[in-house]
Order: sequence, then structure tokens, then C-alpha cells
Amino acid sequence: MRRLRVACLTFLLIVPLGCTKRSNVNPPLSSKVYGAQIVLLSGDKQAAGVGSKLADPVVVQVNGADGSALTGALVSFHGEGLVLTPAEALSDASGQVSVSVQLGGIPGGYELVADAPKAGGGSTTINVREIALGYQEKVGKEVSYKYCTTCHDPESTPERVSNLDNLAPPLPHQFTDGNTLNSMSDADLIKVIADGGPALGKSPQTPAYRNTLTQAQIKAVVAYIRAVADPPYQPPATKH
Amino acid sequence: MSLRNQFGGVWRFFVGTAPRRFASVSVLLAIVSAIAPTKDFFSQWRHYQEEYSHFIRTRPDAGRLQRRFESGIHQIWIPEQRVVDRCTTCHVALQEASLSDVRKEPFRPHPAMPHSLTEFGCVVCHHGQGAATTVQEAHYSTKAWEQPILPARYLESSCGQCHMDALEGTPQLNLGRRLLARYGCAHCHAITQPDGTLVAPVDEPPSLEHVAEKTTREWIFAWTKNPQAYAASATMPNYRFSDQEASDIASFLVAQSTSSDNSAKELPKSVASLPGSDTVQEGTSLYGTLFCASCHAIQNAAGNLVGGEMAPELTRAGNKVNPDWLRRWLRAPQGYDPKTRMPRYRLDEKQIALLSSFLLSKKDDDLLANVHLPASDAQSIARGKKLVSDYGCVACHRINGVNPPESFAPDLSRIGSKPLFQVGFLRGMPETLPDYIAGKIHDPRAFGPALKMPNFSLTDGQIEALTTALLAQTDRAVTMPPELVRSSPHPKYHPGGGAGRLMEDLRCQSCHAINGNGGDMAPDLTFEGSAVNRAWLLDFMKNPNTLRPALIRRMPKFNLSDAEIKGLSDYMLSAYQASGFDSQALDLSTLNSDAATRGKQLFYSKYACQSCHIADYKKDKGYVGPALAGVGDRLTSVWMYRWLKNPNALLPGTPMPNFSLSDNEARDLTAFLATLKEHKKGGLK
Repeated sequence: MRRLRVACLTFLLIVPLGCTKRSNVNPPLSSKVYGAQIVLLSGDKQAAGVGSKLADPVVVQVNGADGSALTGALVSFHGEGLVLTPAEALSDASGQVSVSVQLGGIPGGYELVADAPKAGGGSTTINVREIALGYQEKVGKEVSYKYCTTCHDPESTPERVSNLDNLAPPLPHQFTDGNTLNSMSDADLIKVIADGGPALGKSPQTPAYRNTLTQAQIKAVVAYIRAVADPPYQPPATKH
Repeated sequence: MSLRNQFGGVWRFFVGTAPRRFASVSVLLAIVSAIAPTKDFFSQWRHYQEEYSHFIRTRPDAGRLQRRFESGIHQIWIPEQRVVDRCTTCHVALQEASLSDVRKEPFRPHPAMPHSLTEFGCVVCHHGQGAATTVQEAHYSTKAWEQPILPARYLESSCGQCHMDALEGTPQLNLGRRLLARYGCAHCHAITQPDGTLVAPVDEPPSLEHVAEKTTREWIFAWTKNPQAYAASATMPNYRFSDQEASDIASFLVAQSTSSDNSAKELPKSVASLPGSDTVQEGTSLYGTLFCASCHAIQNAAGNLVGGEMAPELTRAGNKVNPDWLRRWLRAPQGYDPKTRMPRYRLDEKQIALLSSFLLSKKDDDLLANVHLPASDAQSIARGKKLVSDYGCVACHRINGVNPPESFAPDLSRIGSKPLFQVGFLRGMPETLPDYIAGKIHDPRAFGPALKMPNFSLTDGQIEALTTALLAQTDRAVTMPPELVRSSPHPKYHPGGGAGRLMEDLRCQSCHAINGNGGDMAPDLTFEGSAVNRAWLLDFMKNPNTLRPALIRRMPKFNLSDAEIKGLSDYMLSAYQASGFDSQALDLSTLNSDAATRGKQLFYSKYACQSCHIADYKKDKGYVGPALAGVGDRLTSVWMYRWLKNPNALLPGTPMPNFSLSDNEARDLTAFLATLKEHKKGGLK
């Protein structure tokens, strides 16, 4: 009986010790203030190789009911397959929280959810889409940077001046233009790349690449177009 | 007591008599022999295969999937690659394209890949233990096996085990390999590639043998302390030397400096000082018209670098160089540094004076304001020499009196297979090889304050790329059978004879590639002799500023003499010929005005060439390919015809597509292009 009592006392002494230690190592963040709305500032729709870290962080801002930025509001991030550092943080002096995102190992779209508790319970969330490029999409990206984006992208870079403004209408679509390109079948996209615009009754400004690119390169360009489409591309349902 | 009695009863029950003993042993034997089948029955892989066969029943093509599924251990065996992979035992659906919507492991099909699964197996790319049949042993390090799965972010490294050239699907590996060469990693580390050659650095750290001619001890001190404070784009890392150390190094470098060939050359006094306050203004515009910015960058008012990165940044050149050295350098760079990539411009004395005054005006008064060094003495010089020798400065720079070190830093040829037990991890870091390599690049001296490798201040993306390139250096890569290594030859072509010496003097190959050797800033000249007309080439050499008027990087004007131009042009026209460019290739009499009319139609309507090229500056705007106004003067008709038929055959990798033109279409387009001539301004004939 005495031994049992000693054991119980020891146990009771040890358990709180363990607990204190754990909470010292990882103090839980708590929201000092509650926002009304969380908004995205930057960092969405980035495309990078599978498993790699995105070049830019995702930055969100917590606003109060009056629309002004709130400091010290708790924001937590989660997303299946993503490694997010930090997973939760308090908004800084300008009401912002930035999170670095490492993509998962499977090619395709990933969804990051940023979540901030609201004053009256519940929370305000925002969803951010990021894109992981697999082998085929990376090939497509390289090929399209060399042959396609000069005309298909209105943005100029130090290496490449956009030619889009020099063209006669109808003007080319950006590869991210899902509203237009998602409705085209894979077969049609392959045809227009291989045989040029006139093959689909479109402008001859798109040349035929059949004898310049391999079939695998053309398919890779289509895979890249599908990967970066905004809104995201949904493949046609398989036959049942 | 009762316990012993009970135990005695049990003992008698099992082994009391001979038949009982026999029965007990038999039962024991039966149990023991059942262990293996039971373990097998409850094995992980069997569990996954059962789950899979349930799962595929829910799929629309269940019948087909079931027919293709075979239970039991699967194995891919490729003896010449040392591959025994049983991964497909659990990853059963790798080749089932119809399951592409499945994201659950291990039933996901493999995404599109360049190699077939049965030819290469899994571990060649993904690492891990191919022969294992449990999740733990296959994917993670164990005491017996320590090859864990390669994280997806470094997967491209596996391609680099066989492929030496830049592949389209491996941007990160390509970048990593460029950085290995660009940041001079290979000056200190030997890195043997799969084809047996060493990684060759492409940065060219300057020789310091005559450094005192060029700059001051104060500048060397400031640079050694923090190279990036002088030039944001400097690739020399910050070694975090103390003031004392930097001062000693500066003392030694000045003390060891000898006179260059240039120092003996007299400088004309007459134009040393130019009259007028607009000298700098005039120098600025000369800097522009000579296209110095093709290679050198200068920071603009907004802090952005404007210009190329082939040569040193000049933002604060005025803080660095001795004015007399600068004038001698501009006149003959090779007299100071025989290996420089800078051409000899044949500038006249006025141009030299103008450019000098412009460059000397590029300075930051704060840079050296607080540098006050004690007078140099013998002890300081000796300490400096020891530091220069200890830190391996001569692995990169030529310095008098210090010999280049042999195997200064660890050989990295097999770093991608470094056993984990040999790795000293930092406390708290994930104990994997990629994390170790990335951590070491990120902050080498965190692994020991005595380590000499400096911090290169690279971005996360650059570190990830470098780690990828280094992870390609595996045992497998180094021992790869030669027939599996994919590399293209790197010829070391240099033009010969008098024209060759002139081209060497002008450093043509700093920008132009010829026969596979040279820079990629300017057009490849391998077939230039077949491509261009002599009259055009003579004009162009005289005044090269016309071909691509909108580009910042352009061919500079070299002040060549008429004789030099003629000699060089005739050499190029005869030496740089493509085969099959004889009179048989195209009947020039067919290039008549009817053909030109048809060609114009093809140009503007059927093929919309004006989307990328300008044939007529008044109406065309396309600016992807070169302007074609005047192309009839520039290019030979045979070249245009052959180019139109198959551009990639004449210039591999050109973005110009092959339009599969018929012979007639190519001829008509050639006839049209041949009519595009500019009014001749006269010139050499």
C-alpha cells in the first residue's frame, strides 16, 4: 500500500513536469485580435518543379471589419501534400503573413488554405492554387519558352521581348487562358501546334511545327498548357 | 509452493514420457515452420495487392485491369545497370494510364517519363532499395542499407548520371551545372563527370601578377573585405576576413606584383587631359556606341544592372583603376592579361581619353573613404602570403611566388553516394544527404569555424539547383558504362593563319561560336561564308551597327583597316562554308519576277512571315527573327533557299520552324526575299 502511494505521488509529480516542458518548447500561438476578412496579396498560381520550393512566398493580409490591416491576428495554413513554413503565424505590423510553400511530389494543382479566426467564432479563409510541374510539363515549359511564348505572352522579360503587340488580330491566347483553351480537346491542340493555325481554320500566324518539334515535345506543350490553365483544366470524364 | 507444483504438472504433461516428448517437439516444429508462410501471408505487399484487387473492381475498366494484374512478387532485373527492383510489387499500377485520376499511393500510375520502366527500373532515378519488399526498407535508410528515396525536388539529378548535355526536362539540373562552372566551384573541387572529363570552370578570375599596376592597396583591402560592396554582381565570395587579415593580403598582393608588358608602353601626353566640360558626356555616348554594355554592366540610378554579365561590372570602376593603367588597357588589354576575353578595339587616343574619363567618373565616394591602412611591412607581407596560400587564392588567381595547390578541396566526383556515416550533420538538421549538401552550400562555416570554404550568398533556388547537380555525382554515374553516357563533343576550334591571329586579337569567339567553339551571344559563324554576300560582309565589317537596331547587345565597331576587313572577309567566305552549296542546289535563272510575286503572296498570306520578320519597315512589325529588309543584299540566294527548306539543318536549335515548304514554294519565297534590297551607301568594293 505504501509502495503504491509512493508510485502514485511520483507519477503525479512527473506528469505535470512532462507537460510543462512540452508547452515550453512549443508555445501555442493565440490570436490577439480577430479579423473580418483575409485577402491574398501575392504568390498564387506559381508553377515550379514537383517537390520544389516556390520562388516567392504566399502573402496574405488580415483586415478588420473596417477594411484596415490588423496586427497580431492568427493565420494558419494547410494544404494536402504541401510543406508550409510556418504553418501558423501572427500577422505582422502591416497585417501581413507570408508563408513559404514546398510543393508535393505529384505533378498537378495544389490548394493552400489560409485560415484566420473571426471575432464571433468561425473563421475567414482564402484558397490559393499552386502548380507542380512533372517531367512532361517541364519539357513543355522549356519548349514553349523557346518557340511559343514570344507571341503567346504579352509580358516581356530581359531575355525576350514580347511579339504579341506586333501581330495582326486575331491575337494569340495566353497559355494560362483556361476559359478559351480548356474547351479545346487535346487532339485539337496537338493539331494546331503540328499543322499550324489554318488546320483549325485559325490564323496562319501560328506556324506548323510538325517538322520542327517531335510528337513528344508537342504533347509536352499540351501537358504544360493543361497544367497552367486558369481556371484549372478538368480532363473529360473517362467512359463508364 | 503451489506454483512449482503446477509447473511440475505442465512439465510432466508435455515431456513426461517419450511419446509426449515427440508430440511436443513435433508441434513446436510445426509452429516454427509456419512462421515464414505466416509472415509472408501477412506481408505488406500482399496487403497492398489485395487492396488493389478490391479497388480495381470499382473501376469502369475492371476486367482489363484485372487481366493485367498478376499477384506475387514482381521484379525488374537489369544486370548491366545493377538493378533488381521489386518496387512494382506494391506500386502495381505504374503502367495503368486509365488510373491517371488516382492519387492514392501505391496505386498511382507513373506520370509521363522519358524512359521505359522495364528498361531502367526504378532506383536508377528514385534511389531507395530496389530489392526490399517492405515500405520501411525500400524507402528509408536502415542500418543495413542507407540509400533512401531521393526527394522529388532533387529528382532531376538522376538524369545527370548519364546525360551530360542540358536536357529540356531538367531545368534545375541544367542551372545547377551552369552554376558549378560559373561560380568557380571546380577551381577548388575536382568533379569528374560520367564521361570521365572534369567540370571546367567558365568564370575567368583575373591574374593578380601585375595587380599593383591596376589598382591600389586600399581598393584590394576593400574588395577582399566585401567584394559585393564594390560590385553587386561580383561572383567572388565574401571570406569574412578581419581588417587585419584583409590588410595583410592587400600588402602581399601589392608586394608580389610585377610589371606587365603594357607598363613599358609610353602614353602620349598630348591627349591626357581633354578640354571641355562635356568630356564625360561624350565618353558616355562613346561607351554606348562601342556597345561596351554587351559585356559590361553598370548600375543605373534605380539600382538595376544594365548590361551583360560576361565581363566585370563597372559601376564603381573609378574607385578601382589607376588612370594610366586604364588607358593602356583600353589600348591593348592583352598586354596586361594575355587570357582576357576583351577584344583589342583599335581605339584612337581621343576615344581612349573619352572612355577613360567616363569610366573614372563611375565611382562611389564612400567606398574607400574610411580605408586607412598602416604602412606595409615585411611581417604584414609574410602574413598575407600565408593567408593567400592557406585560403587557396591561387586555385583561382595567378599570383607570383605561390604555387597552385593540388587537391585543395575534397573531390566531389562521388558526393551523391557519400555514405551517411561519413557525414557530420549539424545538430537539428534532417539527417539526409541532400539536406547536408544544401546546408553546406548555404553556410559552409556552420559546419566548423576552421573550414575555408566561404559563403557564396546564393539564393534558395540556386542552392537547390547546385545540390541537384552534385547529387548527380553518384557511384553509379562515375562507373557508368561508356555506351550509356550521353554527351556531345566540345571541339576546341581556333581559326589559323593571319586571319586567325586577327580573329584572336578581336576575340571573335568571345561572342560568336565557330565549329562548335565560342560564345552564344552573337550568331554562329560556322557557315557564314555560305550565307552572306561578299559586298554585304565588307560593308558590315566597316559599320556593323545595322542588323538588329533594337538590341542592346550588338556587335561593336572595331576601327578595322580596309586591308584587315578584306583579309578577314575573304577568309570567312572561303573557310566557313556548308557542304552542298554549289550551283546545283538552285537554278538562279528561275528566280524571276513572276516567282517573286508568288513569293510575296506566300510571305504575307499563306505563311504570315511578317508576324516574326520585317520585310518592309513601313508596314511590318514582327520582331522575333531578324529584319529581312535588305536581306537580298545580305544573304546568298542558295542560302535562303536551303534555309527555308530546313533551317535546323543549317543552325541546329534555331527557333525558326521548318515549314515543310515544297521546292517551288521555297524557290518563290527566295525570289521574293532576293528583291529586298536597301540603297547602297557605297563602301569597299
